[in-house]
Amino acid sequence: MSEIKAPMAGNIWKINVQVGQEVNFGDEVIIMESMKMEIPVEADDSGVVKEIKVAENDTVDDGNVLIILG
Amino acid sequence: MSGYENVKELQRRVEIARAGGSDKAKEKHQAQGKILVRDRLNILFDNGEYLEDGLLVGASRGMPGDAVVTAIGKINGQEVAVIANDMTVKAGTWGYHTFRKIVRMQEIAVDAKMPIIYLVDSAGARIDSQFDCYLGRIAWGNIFYTQVQISGVVPQVCVMFGPSPAGSAYVPALCDLVIMVDKQATAYLGSPRLAEAAIGEKVTEEQMGGARMHCAMSGLGDYLAQNEEEALKAAADYLRFFPSHNSQLPPLREPKLPGSKRSITEIVPPDQNRPFDVKELVESLVDEGSIFEVKALFAKEIYTAFAYLGGRPVGIIANNSKNKGGVLFNDSADKATRFIWACNAFNVPLLFLQDISGYMIGSAVEKAGIIRHGAKLLHAVCEAKVPRISVMVRKGYGGGYLGMSGGPTMPDAQLALPGAMPALMGPEAAINAIHYNEIQALEGEARAAFIDEKQKAYAKDINAFDPADQFSFEAVIDPDDLRDELIKRFALYSRREIPRIDRRNGIYPV
Repeated sequence: MSEIKAPMAGNIWKINVQVGQEVNFGDEVIIMESMKMEIPVEADDSGVVKEIKVAENDTVDDGNVLIILG
Repeated sequence: MSGYENVKELQRRVEIARAGGSDKAKEKHQAQGKILVRDRLNILFDNGEYLEDGLLVGASRGMPGDAVVTAIGKINGQEVAVIANDMTVKAGTWGYHTFRKIVRMQEIAVDAKMPIIYLVDSAGARIDSQFDCYLGRIAWGNIFYTQVQISGVVPQVCVMFGPSPAGSAYVPALCDLVIMVDKQATAYLGSPRLAEAAIGEKVTEEQMGGARMHCAMSGLGDYLAQNEEEALKAAADYLRFFPSHNSQLPPLREPKLPGSKRSITEIVPPDQNRPFDVKELVESLVDEGSIFEVKALFAKEIYTAFAYLGGRPVGIIANNSKNKGGVLFNDSADKATRFIWACNAFNVPLLFLQDISGYMIGSAVEKAGIIRHGAKLLHAVCEAKVPRISVMVRKGYGGGYLGMSGGPTMPDAQLALPGAMPALMGPEAAINAIHYNEIQALEGEARAAFIDEKQKAYAKDINAFDPADQFSFEAVIDPDDLRDELIKRFALYSRREIPRIDRRNGIYPV
């Protein structure tokens, strides 16, 4: 099990995956928006999406858990 | 014993000294996949030839060299001093003669104007030598003292093959560049055992101070090597960008065309909010195969690399929007600052590629001292005396534009690509700031329409041509001509006389 965390403070713009979906290392699972830039968040592990802890338009801090991979 | 008998005795002692530690210690070392110290020197030095000091130290006491080899040889034709711990002798620990040999070689290197490479593989200070070596004016700490005196005078590179615990961790920390071998190198002030006893923390050696941790998180490591051969090659490659001494210019070499044939117009998305990998831009500009990236795994929102541009070494600092939008943070400011110091100390020209939304904002970074760290970068930029060219690739917003060597920090030239967007702040933030009260008074569609109209009007004024009209940019360059333009301009600005001083700056830890 591993956690995908926010690389910096910002908003959740798009969530590209669903619970149960398989993701690979390097897949762009979420796109955040911060400092007026698109901030792609990539999976730093491979696995199945177990839980998505955020919704689109949520505000997150640096290091907040976004997705849990099972 | 006299005359020719002494020659035999010399040969016997030399043989003992060169053999290093016991067979058992050497077997253990090699069983870990590690290379013996003299084999490391053979790989590093041209033809495996070197001049050595203190070979016979300790040979009669079962401590060949007192656990360190200090030697001078040529690497790619350039003379270099090498200070190498011998892990097979007393675990490479520092005794009385160890530090004296090290300091003497540091002095010789700076007097004879040559870089130093430290090959680190040592269990640190020898505790049973502390009453001879710890206190006073002739002591272990002289190693660090000398490193600091010569920082920025001759290049100092550290290659870590194994541990460098506690105080000895300052050897890498005071070098210009630290190369760490993955799964072998470690550095920590307190070992996991010590930490468990003192603060109750339970972690592995790798977690506490492994190579990957230092290269990705602490920033102590600059280059993560997969094995010892790669690490030694990286040290030699790095020195190709530097003169042997700060009184000399870096070496030129035969120019090569870039490896990447892609046009900048294909690499850089016109939409300012879209990230791209600035490495691809750099690859399309510089000589093929010449890139040496520094801190590739640390603070990736800023890219720092040495490369050859038309046969001339340059240090490149570029915002990388692929990571954290290319926004500047504390660590990215530190990374860029230290890189500037290394270039400035040794006459390596600087190229800045600007695509910057600004320094990160928010209470978290304010508490962490973003102003202080940002000022450090601004300070280093404003103090840099080497030829310096800035190119506005896309965004040049706010204080980040100044930290990234903007026009007012007096680069030799502030150039721009046609898509440049220079502004104190971007349209969204600016319109919100200027028209805050009016926006608050409106609702729904009326509010959205008002904001949209104002932003569009504001964005129209953010372009490359008005500043060119005002001579705020020396030139706006067709992206396909950028490489040639930079080569010509670096040749021009390199003719500028830089006042000679003993030392421009050290390569300070940050």
